[in-house]
Amino acid sequence: MYRYNALDQRIVDERVGQFRDQVRRRLSGELSEDEFRPLRLMNGLYYQRHAYMLRVAIPYGVLSTAQVRMLAHIARTFDRGYGHFTTRQNIQYNWPELEAVPDILACLAQVQMHAIQTSGNCVRNISADHLAGVARDEAVDPRPYCEIMRQWSTFHPEFSYLPRKFKLAFTGATTDRAAIKLHDIGYRALRSPEGEVGFQVWVGGGMGRTPVVGELLHPFLPERDLLSFTESILRVYNELGDRKDKYKARIKILVRRLGVAEFRRLVDEDHAATRTPELVLTPERVAAMAAHFAPPAFDPEAPAHDALVDEKASEDAAFRAWLGHNVAPHKVPGYHAVIVSLKAPDVPPGDVTDAQLEALADIADDHAFGEVRSLHTQNLLLASVASRDLYAVWQRLRLVKLATPNVDTLTDQICCPGFDFCSLANAASIPVAQEIAEAFDDLDHLYDLGEIKLKISGCINACGHHHVGHIGILGIDKRGADFYQVMLGGAEGDDASLGRILGPAFAREAVVPAIGRILAAYVDLRADGERFLDTVRRLGLQPFKERAYAH
Amino acid sequence: MPTEPRRLIVDRQIVEDAWTHVADDAPLPAGPAIVSRERWLAGDAAGHAPLGVLYQPDEDPLADVDRLGELALIAFAFPAFSDGRPLSRARKLRQIVGFTGQIRAVGDVLRDQILYMWRCGFDAFEVRADKSLEDALAAFAEFSVDYQASTPRRLSEG
Ligand code: SF4
Repeated sequence: MYRYNALDQRIVDERVGQFRDQVRRRLSGELSEDEFRPLRLMNGLYYQRHAYMLRVAIPYGVLSTAQVRMLAHIARTFDRGYGHFTTRQNIQYNWPELEAVPDILACLAQVQMHAIQTSGNCVRNISADHLAGVARDEAVDPRPYCEIMRQWSTFHPEFSYLPRKFKLAFTGATTDRAAIKLHDIGYRALRSPEGEVGFQVWVGGGMGRTPVVGELLHPFLPERDLLSFTESILRVYNELGDRKDKYKARIKILVRRLGVAEFRRLVDEDHAATRTPELVLTPERVAAMAAHFAPPAFDPEAPAHDALVDEKASEDAAFRAWLGHNVAPHKVPGYHAVIVSLKAPDVPPGDVTDAQLEALADIADDHAFGEVRSLHTQNLLLASVASRDLYAVWQRLRLVKLATPNVDTLTDQICCPGFDFCSLANAASIPVAQEIAEAFDDLDHLYDLGEIKLKISGCINACGHHHVGHIGILGIDKRGADFYQVMLGGAEGDDASLGRILGPAFAREAVVPAIGRILAAYVDLRADGERFLDTVRRLGLQPFKERAYAH
Repeated sequence: MPTEPRRLIVDRQIVEDAWTHVADDAPLPAGPAIVSRERWLAGDAAGHAPLGVLYQPDEDPLADVDRLGELALIAFAFPAFSDGRPLSRARKLRQIVGFTGQIRAVGDVLRDQILYMWRCGFDAFEVRADKSLEDALAAFAEFSVDYQASTPRRLSEG
């Protein structure tokens, strides 16, 4: 993984100094809250319902075990012993004191981390395919480009006061696991028939109150133009994006207003005039960055099957279930990727304790080349585990409740913090997720229901990505009471689609029973081996609607 | 009328302002004068030198590119520091037009954005009147390195 050089380290150290001074000026009253707000937001510090919340960047979701241990230390020392992984592969702390935040940032800087641009109207932390570098269907490893873009976007002088926040995502694989069509800009690295790298560029996707699937802006942007072309997109947006109405300020609205053809013309025109030599990405620069992401020392002799693992799998149903659901294929024979579920039944989705983080760091050091990744599904990942270590890894994960075998099932739900923490929330979301986890705690039932992506947001800002859930749940406020709209048929990835609202919203106590009836309808209606999403797509909402409201 | 001349930051130093902002209905004084774009385009400042023009955020100087040679100074109004449009405009003025006169930030100009403005090609800062100029000057020292090339005032500058 990428290691900071002296310049990277100096920038985060100087940032700590700058923010320490900004906090001092705020505490002394020299800065008003209005003046301080945009400064703290540039540093991922929000003020929430009860306290400050600090969002720490995990660039493209990759962590060293030293970083994981520091995250645990921060959780224990400055928070209440836990952190919360978000849908943007970041981690949030819900209870830091303002006075302590400079010290937290100093801790992060010690392990080459920061909270820079995890909020504010700037280029946010860049997200990527969590299987980058290990996926079998990958043409180009996107991580070197992600790191190049991370550096380029950090404190970009021209693009730090955009009309609104700006999110980038990268994949280099055939299957889109990074939701590139649902970002302000999404990139898919590809190889031309001649072997040259370029990018498919999608623009203007996003969720929030106006969900939009992005448009194809460029089918094959040459590698050398990645930075200059991205600057041109941002410049056109910076100058023409709506600054009067924050609900119309995202680039998706601009692209829709202009039409993608006109938007492309403006970007091309700017690109022709502003593409300077320093922005050209040379093969040497890419190669130097790619060296940071060289594969670890895989054992070429690693057996694809291990007698002990096979034996345990045949005699232990729990291990077998975990192998079947939480373990993914790897491009190197004899290795697997292990998804660490943060969706244990009695824990809010994405929450993890200091002790769990430390245990995971130990496991990763022993069995996964010292690396842990975060996923946009609010889970973690050990990207490269030798197949023969799977039983040992499972046992150790199970000891710290990180082996719930529910990946991609109904209870592997995505859920925003909602009313329990977020001051923008209209309704609670975590309690709904917990009720779902309790109502569907029978694994055989879950496995029979198959792959279902359930996503919950506590308001229309859609941090829980409800629009792209196979089942989406949106909290709304109806005369002071929590109500929930249910939508079906959303998806992210290559066949991205937006869910459609089933009908009138359900009261708090009615929503989980309604989900139960929708799933019962699916079991009755599905064709052999058909996923929930495909049944909804085949039959439309009507049969589900009839059952959901019939009681 | 304030008799003391305004102080501002030019080229990273605190100096007295040689320029006067002139309201649309006020007569043009002798000496360096900054007028609105509207007044300038109406021909009301023709022949005055040195002349500067103040652009509002929704006015793009590149629309006037054929006439920018008349100007020794281009100022951008920041009604709110969070409006980043002038940052792109300044960069284009330096890079595409090759404008070498002064580019000045006017309005909600605060310490915490000055370094970004500088790096986009601004070289003069009318720091908001209730803020300390000395404090604002400290902003230039907060970061000693950066990831992106800055846009020089003149193309020969680094
Ligand atoms: S979706 Fe709404 S309630 Fe949930 S975290 Fe985002 S803003 Fe808060």
